[in-house]
Amino acid sequence: MMYRIENLHLSLPDMTRKPLLGAAPRIEILKSLTFDVPKGAVLGIVGGSGSGKSTLGRVMLRLLEPTAGSIVFDGTDITHTDEVQLRPMRRRFQMIFQDPMSSLNPRRRVDGIIGGPLRLHGLDGLRSRVDEALDMVGLPRGFAHRYPHELSGGQRQRVGIARAIALRPDFILADEIVSGLDVSSQAQVLNLLEDLVRELGLTLAFISHDLSVIRRLCSRIIVLHQGLIVEDAETAELFTSPKAAYTRELLQAIPLPDPDQPWD
Amino acid sequence: MRPFLSIRNLSVALKNGGLILRNVSLDVAVGKVHGLVGESGAGKSMIGKSVLGTLPRALQITGGEIWLDGVDLLSIPPAQRRKRIGATAALIPQDPLTALNPTRRIGPQITRRLVDILGWTKADAQARALELLEEVQIADPARVMRNYPHELSGGMRQRILIASAFAAKPKLIIADEPTTALDVTVQKQILRLIADMQARHGSALLFVTHDLGVVSKVCDALSVLYAGKVVEDAQMRRFFCRPVHPYSRALLAATPTYTNPTGSLMPVPQSVIDAVEREVVQHDRRWRA
Repeated sequence: MMYRIENLHLSLPDMTRKPLLGAAPRIEILKSLTFDVPKGAVLGIVGGSGSGKSTLGRVMLRLLEPTAGSIVFDGTDITHTDEVQLRPMRRRFQMIFQDPMSSLNPRRRVDGIIGGPLRLHGLDGLRSRVDEALDMVGLPRGFAHRYPHELSGGQRQRVGIARAIALRPDFILADEIVSGLDVSSQAQVLNLLEDLVRELGLTLAFISHDLSVIRRLCSRIIVLHQGLIVEDAETAELFTSPKAAYTRELLQAIPLPDPDQPWD
Repeated sequence: MRPFLSIRNLSVALKNGGLILRNVSLDVAVGKVHGLVGESGAGKSMIGKSVLGTLPRALQITGGEIWLDGVDLLSIPPAQRRKRIGATAALIPQDPLTALNPTRRIGPQITRRLVDILGWTKADAQARALELLEEVQIADPARVMRNYPHELSGGMRQRILIASAFAAKPKLIIADEPTTALDVTVQKQILRLIADMQARHGSALLFVTHDLGVVSKVCDALSVLYAGKVVEDAQMRRFFCRPVHPYSRALLAATPTYTNPTGSLMPVPQSVIDAVEREVVQHDRRWRA
């Protein structure tokens, strides 16, 4: 089991309602989530804005510390592990971000961006590792000397993917990585991710607000609504017979490119 | 019927000569919704900006005509043009957070245009604003008028921009990706609201979007753009049943749909892109000659 998550709670102080003196009231973001991510699985995490899906991702990567519950990553409990002990493990779980323009340093070239985490983890043979990562995401090696602003949106997102896989992680979290892309590059990035998962034997969690992009990729989907899991189902089952009312609402709200789709 | 907005052979270029729009023509009749579809950089937003006279400084209109309610906007003096546009057209922008002033309450942001530009009295404008907020289904409009933008959700903010676009009863509405920042359930409500408001006010609506799914729900007709050139112009139903241009077909195939059991996605093939690029080059050659 790659991840075993039990009874996970997270609350954060609500600074907008903090009194002048004294502690801010806490708002519950995640309310008792329990689920597993088996090795090699591709898990979809779906929900509307404010449902807590990105926060859940951040807790899984221990960018946030849970208030209660437990996170077990590949047999190791990382719920409250401190940053120093966590650092060597971080190589094993990586993230790809939504907006490649703000998650790639505009002042560094592509090789610096991909090589940065490699150097941080003290790996050798940077040059060849960077080249290999570029090969895997289908970018020419010559791109190593370009700056992010010289790339198209789809190419930038490939650099984000290359940075994550260069470390050879076991698990990758992809947070809304295609929502800023045009449909044509969306398809390319999703197909690439699917190939990489297969070739590298990755475990992947794919966060999205759009159910239509994840049908192909994901084997299982959990639907979040207001910090709760309202549905946890096999992909095919979720699409053919959604159980939760909220899932049905989400599905029906997707505008299909079909003038005859019922829309009321 | 004479179209309310008629764009004829509009060309827009960078001041250094690079073409942004290539001979774009389209018509929108009163009470109709026309979609502008294309990938990022295709120039779809620039058409709306040309009509509203809000093109970025680096761009200029190099040719063509923009007929709005029987007058060619490009042939009249700028002061008159601004007055006409202000009285007949309005914009629903993409991002409600940047379109609203974070330091002012909602109320004055809706009424200011009515008072300062159209010369309404403050009381009239106030009453109209309340009426509009009710029309866009905002509960407790009097309270919302006193709120600041950050106190409202994304969907609420978009409703307010819709209300404020319809405030001066414009005959032409330009909606520039109005739902891209929203999640699907809120998007559905907002699309329905825009369609209702448009039908009730009988305005002509130019709807800019990259999402063909959205087009099939709100538009009567559409133009598909590539590199500032209209590659296909069609009635909505015809487009989705029988898209003619290979690029349109590829775009449709690349649109993800959850009803497809394999869920496979077809990127736009390089051959299609090469072909449409060649068309653009040919167009430029003919145009320069």
